[in-house]
Amino acid sequence: MNDMRKIERDAKMAETKITARNVNVFYGETHAIRDVNVDIADKTVTAFIGPSGCGKSTFLRCINRMNDTIDICRVTGDIQLDGTDIYATSVDPVQLRAQVGMVFQKPNPFPKSIYDNVAYGPRIHGLARTKSDMDEIVERALRRGAIWDEVKDRLDQPGTGLSGGQQQRLCIARAVATEPEVLLMDEPCSALDPIATAQVEELIDELRQDYSVVIVTHSMQQAARVSQKTAFFHLGHLVEFNDTDEIFTNPKDPRTESYITGRIG
Amino acid sequence: MTDITPEQTGSGRSQSTTELVQKSLARRNRKQMVLQGYGIAAIVFALSMLVILVGSLVITGYPAFTQTHVELEVFVDPEEVDPENLARGSYDEMIAVSLGEYFPDIDMTDRVAAREVTQLLSSGAQLLLRERVIANPSLIGETITLKVPASDNYDQLNKGLVMRDTPEQFRRVDNAAIERFDTLDEAGVISTPLNTRLITNADSRFPELAGLKGAIIGSFWALLTCFVISFPIGIGAAIYLEEFAPKNKLSDIIEININNLAAVPSVVFGLLALAVFLGWFGMPRSAPLVGGLTLALMTLPTIIIATRAALKAVPPSIREAALGVGASKQQVVFHHVLPLAMPGILTGTIIGLAQALGETAPLLLIGMNAFITSAPSGPFDSATALPTQIFIWADSPERGFVSRTSAAILVLLTFLITMNAIAIYFRQKFERKW
Repeated sequence: MNDMRKIERDAKMAETKITARNVNVFYGETHAIRDVNVDIADKTVTAFIGPSGCGKSTFLRCINRMNDTIDICRVTGDIQLDGTDIYATSVDPVQLRAQVGMVFQKPNPFPKSIYDNVAYGPRIHGLARTKSDMDEIVERALRRGAIWDEVKDRLDQPGTGLSGGQQQRLCIARAVATEPEVLLMDEPCSALDPIATAQVEELIDELRQDYSVVIVTHSMQQAARVSQKTAFFHLGHLVEFNDTDEIFTNPKDPRTESYITGRIG
Repeated sequence: MTDITPEQTGSGRSQSTTELVQKSLARRNRKQMVLQGYGIAAIVFALSMLVILVGSLVITGYPAFTQTHVELEVFVDPEEVDPENLARGSYDEMIAVSLGEYFPDIDMTDRVAAREVTQLLSSGAQLLLRERVIANPSLIGETITLKVPASDNYDQLNKGLVMRDTPEQFRRVDNAAIERFDTLDEAGVISTPLNTRLITNADSRFPELAGLKGAIIGSFWALLTCFVISFPIGIGAAIYLEEFAPKNKLSDIIEININNLAAVPSVVFGLLALAVFLGWFGMPRSAPLVGGLTLALMTLPTIIIATRAALKAVPPSIREAALGVGASKQQVVFHHVLPLAMPGILTGTIIGLAQALGETAPLLLIGMNAFITSAPSGPFDSATALPTQIFIWADSPERGFVSRTSAAILVLLTFLITMNAIAIYFRQKFERKW
């Protein structure tokens, strides 16, 4: 694992964007996340790795309160975004999700035109006053999603007609269209072929300029390629959280070592 | 794990796997053949029943689609018409005189003899003449050509439904009457055109004049009321139950009850409507409005169940996508889920309405089986509906209603098949593949 492509790592610690303290998640009787404490930095890609069912996706979905939509799910503890408790009664999940965008495992464009896919978020939040404002937002988002050149001539065609990799980049463009501060990605490349994966990974690295990106991935190579910080989850515990280099070259916990060397997982 | 010797694999069995599979293969294939045979037999049985049903309806019903007519040259005698009140006039006399010209040896001034002859024509003949004159008073004093329907017995005779070789005492038309009919036939005034009155007339005591207009319009108003009430309420209830209601005991009980409601016999809804709509609220009897309200009660569970199924079929990834960009729950439902579920909802609604169109029992209880000779002009007028009209006609003693009952069933089936075809079209056209 020493021949991983090294991306320039931010040596200086960027300021903390998300702080989680003693987070526990229960699905009914199941205790899915146990006492997770983590500080996620701004303008950084943070990867969550771990075997299936370890709770990494569950924790990711706590950050934009997506778990609220599951009736039996209960979250305790404290998660702060820029110092504000996102589970406070004064915070509306709708407002939170405008700040914390999300990209899902399977590309899920709306069965609408490419333009409407991207324009939907800005439209419901009232981000554009005029049609030309909206055109500008859509173009900027599609450029940031690195898909503008491929779709600029067919914005009125259905987003579902694109290839898998294009759909996922469209979904990323849709997520960044509302100008979020944090971008959550739940295994964004698991349904993509290697070439589309490479494109999306390149895009994630670019997105780091503007956002705090949190990515859940099954692929350790991917985590090593795109992230600066890595958190290893196991059986609902956050086992180890450190600079990506450290995790992969010098893991402190024996469980982390077992996982990255392929003995568990 | 690789140190199993070949001898060990076959331990305890004297035959190899291949031999055992070959032995059982014939039996397994036979079972499959038998199952397929049962399936084909069931389909053949069902199809033959359908062919028998529709075939018998067509065979009994097709004579009703034509009607024997007699063409008369009628002199509109100015002396017989009251110029002040055109509705008053001896139009029956004029028709009798005109008909009498074909029978010079019968004394038309003799009321009894004349009656024998005029029985050939429908009792509505004089009304047709009266309507013509009222519509156009300049006809007074003129001789006009009037095509009037023959009365039921002669219509049956003409269509061969009254057999000429039946002994006279068992025949509905006596020999003298047959002779008179043949006289007209030889004169070339008998014709059998398409029976447009079946659609353009309301009900009548006389089969040759009876039509389905009142029933079709009554059914239309009832279905419209049913749709207007049950569609929004059904969708609203389904959206709430599926998307917003907390999943607890109460919502479980509600769900079970809605499913049970779909299985409640329709006559019970009729009784409920009788007690509540007519009894408490004093709504008009026999009105399509009340019929529609009653049918709405029955259609609601169907629409709710279909809508919930359609909402459930929208993949969760779409909901997550919309929630992920910050849509509120209501926006998720109305911007994404509902439009995607619409084809399924419409299909369910149309099938529910088709069911309502064919429903008879609840309409009988609220009096939509009354004898009403004019088409309703609105949902508050007394009316019948197609199935209740069939019920009334099936109960009528006149021979002509036998074929008309079948014809009415064919008309109802046409409407039902059309509605189901529209539902299938929606399903095919808007079906999405995820």
